[in-house]
Amino acid sequence: MIRFTVNGVPRTAEPAGPESLLFTLRERLGLWGAKGACEQGECGSCTVLLDGEPVCSCLVMTADVADCDVVTVEGLAAPDGSLHPVQQAMLDHGAVQCGFCTPGFVVAAAHLLDRVPNPSEDDIKEALAGNVCRCTGYGAILRSLTALGEEA
Amino acid sequence: MITRTAIAPVSGGIGESVVRPDGVPKLTGEFSYSSDLHHDDMLWGATLRSPHPRARIRSIDISAALAMTGVHAVLTADDVPGSKTFGQERSDQPVFAWDEVRFWGEAVAAVAADDPETARRAAAAILVDYEPLEPLTDPEEAERRGETFRVMDLTNGDRGLRGEVVVEGYYETGMIDQAMLGTESGLAIPDGRGGVDLHISTQWMHVDHRQIVASLGLAPEMVRLHPAGIGGAFGAREDISVQIHLCMLALHTGRPVKIVYDRAESFAGHVHRHPARMWYRHEADRAGDLVRVEARILLDGGAYAETSSAVIANAVYFAVGPYRCPSVSIHGAAVCTNHPPAGAMRGFGANQVCVAYEAQMDRLAAALGMDAIELRLRNALGPGDRIPTSGQEITGSLPTAEVIRSAAALPLPDDDSGDPRRLPGGTGLTTPRAAVRRGVGFAVGIKNIAFSEAFDDYTEARAVLTPAGLEIHTAASEVGQGMVTVLQQIARSATGIEHVEVVFADTSQIGSAGSTSASRQTQMAGGAVFEAACAVRDEALRRAGGDRLSGDGVWRDGRVVATLDALLADGPISHHVTFRHPPTERPNATGQGDVHAGFAVAAHRAVVDVDPELGLVRVVQIDTAQDVGRALNPQAVLGQIEGGIAQGLGMAIMEEVLLDRGVVRNASFTDYLLPTFPDMPAVEAVIIEHPEPWGPFGAKGFAELPSISSTPAVVAAIRDATGRPLTRVPVRPEDVAGL
Repeated sequence: MIRFTVNGVPRTAEPAGPESLLFTLRERLGLWGAKGACEQGECGSCTVLLDGEPVCSCLVMTADVADCDVVTVEGLAAPDGSLHPVQQAMLDHGAVQCGFCTPGFVVAAAHLLDRVPNPSEDDIKEALAGNVCRCTGYGAILRSLTALGEEA
Repeated sequence: MITRTAIAPVSGGIGESVVRPDGVPKLTGEFSYSSDLHHDDMLWGATLRSPHPRARIRSIDISAALAMTGVHAVLTADDVPGSKTFGQERSDQPVFAWDEVRFWGEAVAAVAADDPETARRAAAAILVDYEPLEPLTDPEEAERRGETFRVMDLTNGDRGLRGEVVVEGYYETGMIDQAMLGTESGLAIPDGRGGVDLHISTQWMHVDHRQIVASLGLAPEMVRLHPAGIGGAFGAREDISVQIHLCMLALHTGRPVKIVYDRAESFAGHVHRHPARMWYRHEADRAGDLVRVEARILLDGGAYAETSSAVIANAVYFAVGPYRCPSVSIHGAAVCTNHPPAGAMRGFGANQVCVAYEAQMDRLAAALGMDAIELRLRNALGPGDRIPTSGQEITGSLPTAEVIRSAAALPLPDDDSGDPRRLPGGTGLTTPRAAVRRGVGFAVGIKNIAFSEAFDDYTEARAVLTPAGLEIHTAASEVGQGMVTVLQQIARSATGIEHVEVVFADTSQIGSAGSTSASRQTQMAGGAVFEAACAVRDEALRRAGGDRLSGDGVWRDGRVVATLDALLADGPISHHVTFRHPPTERPNATGQGDVHAGFAVAAHRAVVDVDPELGLVRVVQIDTAQDVGRALNPQAVLGQIEGGIAQGLGMAIMEEVLLDRGVVRNASFTDYLLPTFPDMPAVEAVIIEHPEPWGPFGAKGFAELPSISSTPAVVAAIRDATGRPLTRVPVRPEDVAGL
């Protein structure tokens, strides 16, 4: 039995052997926001915050997150349902197409802007180099985050 | 045909950058993709695939797998109740191979078990006795043996015409993967009456449905396909993957069954872009007018037909590009090998030939001593001209010269910030700035819109006016491109009703929308929605004797004469439309005819920085001018342009499915390189708007074009920087370095 918190809520899980955190979140806890697209830590679609740091949840064993604090994309909007600034900016700038990469980008970008409130274009590209988007060509994502940085 | 183009005054109509209705759920993680489906009672499926590119199957022993705890079914070809093969154009691909496997990764058996791990282990426990056979992997040998899906010999004009200036070249393009982020997945739920409900991500539910019921041996009404959220497509979801296996496992076990491919299986589970070999000869007069183009185009279709016969047709019809030419002879063949099947990918045959004909245009310009852009402008196709291959007159818009001039006129990028992250090789600091060579390349591309060659191409849609607003019912697939937004905008501008909801119907509720491919849904689903919405509006106005409709009701002379509640007291107004584009013809024996419904063009200019010693390339900027008919949603237009350019860049310098005697060696995102954020340059885009006659409000499908000429533009820029011929894409570091 593994105890940890997800989006501030204490949770328990009984992972089967080397089960990934991604599988536990999705198939056992019903949190479908993090996506599996490569299972190798290459695409970032499964990004969550683990004790405040972005990780590929496909590469983390659930057995290793005992007593840890996990934040998924479902935990970023405010309790009243209003969007996180990154979510609102990506919506406004057309940064969502198929949306499969979007939860990973939202989590990684929220973490970036937490640390670096006004990142340069090169900072944004470097920080999000581990998140693959096949639809947008990244342009609208860059415009979203640049605009957010300018507001900061 | 659409003749009414009056635009109702309404918020959220055409021309606005309206945000997507599915944007918030996708941003919060609530949007349900086909891989997010869950049923409390469900089993997990897994597929056993061939490790050989070609082998005889001597025997299959499922007993050990079936005996495992938690395994509920192990199915092989013997269990297929109906047609043991499927295929969109030709039913030639086994649901499960029985006598012979014909490509690496071909499905042999499928398992349903309590959890995915047990299913995977059970699949691995199936004993297949293979006798490996020599695979056919050389496409030229395949053509010699007559192993072809389609051969075309197209000739237009006087074969005897000759030009004084001649350039020849041989070009190759590699096998490319769509790499949509959502892998193949779905959930099949038996209905308890012998039928099944399949929740699936696909580009065309109704063509899947036809193949599924044939293989299940069921009446069409016993199988219903429900659209599930789609994580990208780009052609990969135009053919069958998990569909038949899922339905068979669900019907066999009487339990819901879910399958989600992992990335490695996804590489085996869908078609790829055809690898191409292309031989070209261009002849021009001294003034720079094209006189004759000859080409031989060989596309490797892999083991099964899929859509190869349509892809080779596109390659042949667009073999000359968007240029006038009085004399053309093209030989094209899509061949059958033991490679993984090839089929649809964004651009559909137009990309490969663009790599070749644009390299030829640059060679021709050099031979003529003429500016390469001037040569393209001199030969640019436009309305009233004829497509040089098919001889079809261009009756719609086609602003080739304008896209060339507009892209060429954009300012070149300033020199860089000096940030080492902008060097080829990045912060590895593999080369000093002074050793970096900059190059600029230019290319133009053309493609048809919607289906061709007399295909009965139609889209159904229903518009329903209720007191709450307008509902649009469609089976068209929203793959991420934003069709859902554009259909709302079209319906608003057609009716004046602001509240529009797009309802994605299942196959029992509405007929086919055709495929979300061939850049067709803005014009086809959009056209159907426009007509249905106009009919509903007209009926509302007729009933109440009004002159304008809005969410408040029917208006006459500036005041509301009937609210929607009053107007619809006896029930909603509903209108169903089956929309067809202008008919197209089959080609004659020499490839002539009005085979296409419309065309779009684009031009791209790429700027690259190259480290000539290590062969590293950084694309600095890609500028474009894009023919769109009319931009219904400018933000979505830009999204398609930038996304298509990223894929064109990938094909130019990064992406290739590597084959070794028929075996895929890089079926993962670790080894199949996709453009990441730092790989993607700035894009400056000019939107060119000339209304297309049959598009709603003059809109034109265009979303394949950004991925077509961006590839040769990048390659031309690297040639400019290095002086190397670079006749193969993707361009590899060793090609750039000349090793």
